[in-house]
Amino acid sequence: MNIFFQQLLNGLTLGSVYALVALGLTLVYGILHIPNFAHGALYMVGAYAAFYFVGTLGANYWVAMIGAAAVVALLAVLSDRLIFHRLKDAPPLHDMIAAIGLLLFLEACIQATWGAEFHRLAPPYPQIVRVFDLVAPAQRLIIIAAAFGLMLVLHLFLTRTLVGSTIIAMAQNREGASLVGIDATKVSILTFAISGALAAVAATLFSPINLIYPSMGHLVIMKAFVIIILGGMGSIPGAIVGGLVIGFAESFGAFYVSTNYKDIIAFALLVLILSLRPQGLFPSGAR
Amino acid sequence: MLEIQGLTKRFGGLTAVRDVTTSFERGRINAIIGPNGAGKTTFFNLVSGSHRPTAGRIVFDGQDVTGLRPDQVARLGVARTFQSTHLFDQATVLDNLIVGHRLRTSSTFWDVIFNTQRLKEDERSCRAKAKEVLNFVGLSSVAHHRAADISQEERKRVAFALALATDPKIVLLDEPAGGVNPEETLGLAELIRKMVRSGLTVCLIEHKMDMIMSLADKIVVLDHGEMIAEGTPAQIRSDQRVIEAYLGADYAAA
Amino acid sequence: MPSTALQKPLLALLLVAAIAFPVIAANDYYIYVMSLAYIMAIAAVGLNLILGYTGQLNLAHAGFMAIGAYTVGILTVDYGVPYWIAFVIAGFLSAFIGVFAGLLSLRLKGHFFSIFTLCVGFIIYLIIEKWDALTHGTVGIIDIPAPTGIGPLRFDHTWSQYYLVLFFLVASLWLMSRIVHSLLGRAFVAIRNSEDLAETLGISLMRTKVLAFVLSTFYAGMAGALYAGFVRFIGPGMALESHTFDMIAFILVGGIGTLFGPLLGAILLTWLTQSLQFLQDYRMIIFGPLLILLVMYFPQGLIGYYRERQIKRAAASVQDRRLQRAVLGSGQEARTNA
Repeated sequence: MNIFFQQLLNGLTLGSVYALVALGLTLVYGILHIPNFAHGALYMVGAYAAFYFVGTLGANYWVAMIGAAAVVALLAVLSDRLIFHRLKDAPPLHDMIAAIGLLLFLEACIQATWGAEFHRLAPPYPQIVRVFDLVAPAQRLIIIAAAFGLMLVLHLFLTRTLVGSTIIAMAQNREGASLVGIDATKVSILTFAISGALAAVAATLFSPINLIYPSMGHLVIMKAFVIIILGGMGSIPGAIVGGLVIGFAESFGAFYVSTNYKDIIAFALLVLILSLRPQGLFPSGAR
Repeated sequence: MLEIQGLTKRFGGLTAVRDVTTSFERGRINAIIGPNGAGKTTFFNLVSGSHRPTAGRIVFDGQDVTGLRPDQVARLGVARTFQSTHLFDQATVLDNLIVGHRLRTSSTFWDVIFNTQRLKEDERSCRAKAKEVLNFVGLSSVAHHRAADISQEERKRVAFALALATDPKIVLLDEPAGGVNPEETLGLAELIRKMVRSGLTVCLIEHKMDMIMSLADKIVVLDHGEMIAEGTPAQIRSDQRVIEAYLGADYAAA
Repeated sequence: MPSTALQKPLLALLLVAAIAFPVIAANDYYIYVMSLAYIMAIAAVGLNLILGYTGQLNLAHAGFMAIGAYTVGILTVDYGVPYWIAFVIAGFLSAFIGVFAGLLSLRLKGHFFSIFTLCVGFIIYLIIEKWDALTHGTVGIIDIPAPTGIGPLRFDHTWSQYYLVLFFLVASLWLMSRIVHSLLGRAFVAIRNSEDLAETLGISLMRTKVLAFVLSTFYAGMAGALYAGFVRFIGPGMALESHTFDMIAFILVGGIGTLFGPLLGAILLTWLTQSLQFLQDYRMIIFGPLLILLVMYFPQGLIGYYRERQIKRAAASVQDRRLQRAVLGSGQEARTNA
């Protein structure tokens, strides 16, 4: 029972981190119409930013999280204005290659500054929470609470405001559906900022129980791709549910199958599903 | 030539084409008209195999082609053009056309590796065909121009030529005169007549009513995916439903 | 396509230069670097077939190169198979796995294909890294034997290995030139241009794309097999997508969808990173922005640019001649009228 609970908790932790990353990716997809390969690098930069704020500047954990979110949001907006926006009439292949170029650049810059070795963000809450005979590290509970709290705020913003509903409409690829009276540039900037901030928050939440290194974004971004293909490109509930599904599949797979191959589970799932249904689980009807 | 029976296509909850039954005769010019979103292009996509019908049958030249892939349908002799013509802009017009006859050749990968006589023969015939169709559409003079440098009307003609290079029996033209001026439209209409004189069957989607009325032998009118009328231009012009749904008072039989 | 192929004299000159290179350079290290550039160029030529000519961004290419390298490494080191037998098996095994990967992944279009192949590449990497018993895991395989001699030829020295690699490079380019300049090559380009249009021209998308994919994995496998015999040690890292990105950079710099583009790019960028030794690990600080600037301002690459100018000039001269004729013609007409 206790072991089962542990796996459930692990799955929920992983799942909520993946969901945050996948959410940003899925929102930006609506504007770029290509998968943003650089999104994993934004996640990685977010982790290093938090590491810098906490480790070097001695900032409080939550302040560092906000700082990292701001830095990465700015970076995401710059990447849109300087690169993707200017390529909007180019063939999709060019956007994808530009995104790869950005990913390589960010990784190399981080590696040049902090080196290739592993870093660790000191856990701000090393306590263990005990409820009856169930044990849980406080950081994991914080990850879950913060991630779902953020998703709730995002949900309210996207559904209760005009700009928010435009972002949703664009993410779901309904071109011009509700662009009337809204500045497309503003929507684009806001979407990139949100996606960058989400990636940075996810990284800051996850870092105290994980390692920080230049290529840490690779696995996460690939899993986020799997998630949004499973959940449907541009679908926000799809990104959250998909994130949880992959999170649970990994934590239970690692326990009941093999820890060694746990990272393959997500990809095996993708290969399996796309082999059976090439259009994804939830094909977007609008295309 | 082409028999359509109860053809239906649904996308999710939306019915783009609903229970259309009609037929197109050999050696005629058939037109499909109707307001935007009436399902005209979807109809072409169904006939050419790009979409699989939800229900109904498509019989071409006595053969059931329902559910075949586009490349299979093309091999049987159905060619089509698209509203916008995708050419490889960096290559010459002639180079763009050579691949059009590929489906009538039989050389395989191994012929390519060993550079066999058959491959050389096939390449010769594709090149000859490209020149022939370019000549047919009256563009021999721009054969060596970059595709990026030719005019909109010339692009339309190249699209015709590409369709003709496949040695089709029927050609489906999607808005062949879209985006060209009235004078050029007359020229394209003459080219379509020439195609029919050479033994082809033509089926076209077009919004330019003057062109349709003078060109078509038979007109099919779609509205919201349904066929609301079919007949000669004279019959269509006096059909009350067509006037209400599409033509308006201008084209009412005077 | 006479206007798009490099002229014969220029080709002969290049070949002579390549043959003379070791004599001129007379430095084992330079010869070593050039050989590596050639091996990477063979892999990039293969990637260019599916990416440049057929328009499908395959991100698993380095994975297939690793399959080729590991086939040679495992067979020669652990099973004592002679190098050349392992070499042939490597090419065909990569292509064989490519058939299945291609059939699965090419059902997806556009960026779904790219994401899927990114995952395929990563699965290959994970399998190589985790399957200790077969692949030696993270340690990698060391002491791979150099290619054994054929008849009087020996490949135990940097010089002779250079010529061996050069031979395979010329063979790969020659084969690729046959493919891309044939009707088959035109079918690939038609698919890149527009899948819908290609299909209505009677080109079977699946068959044609899988063929391009399998051929490209065959090239990757061969390049990997050469790499294993040349560098003599391999690790799982060579399957990582960053190596596919390297090859994409070669292709873009030299000219995407051109025969010699990948080679030119591989040589230029390899020497660039060599001359910026201190950048070895950080070469992406330059390559990354380079990729972005290339797709933004120079998407056709060096050879693509050269070719475009050639075609433009040819078209202009045709037009000039026609204009002259028209002027002369109207002059005559005017005279006869008068």
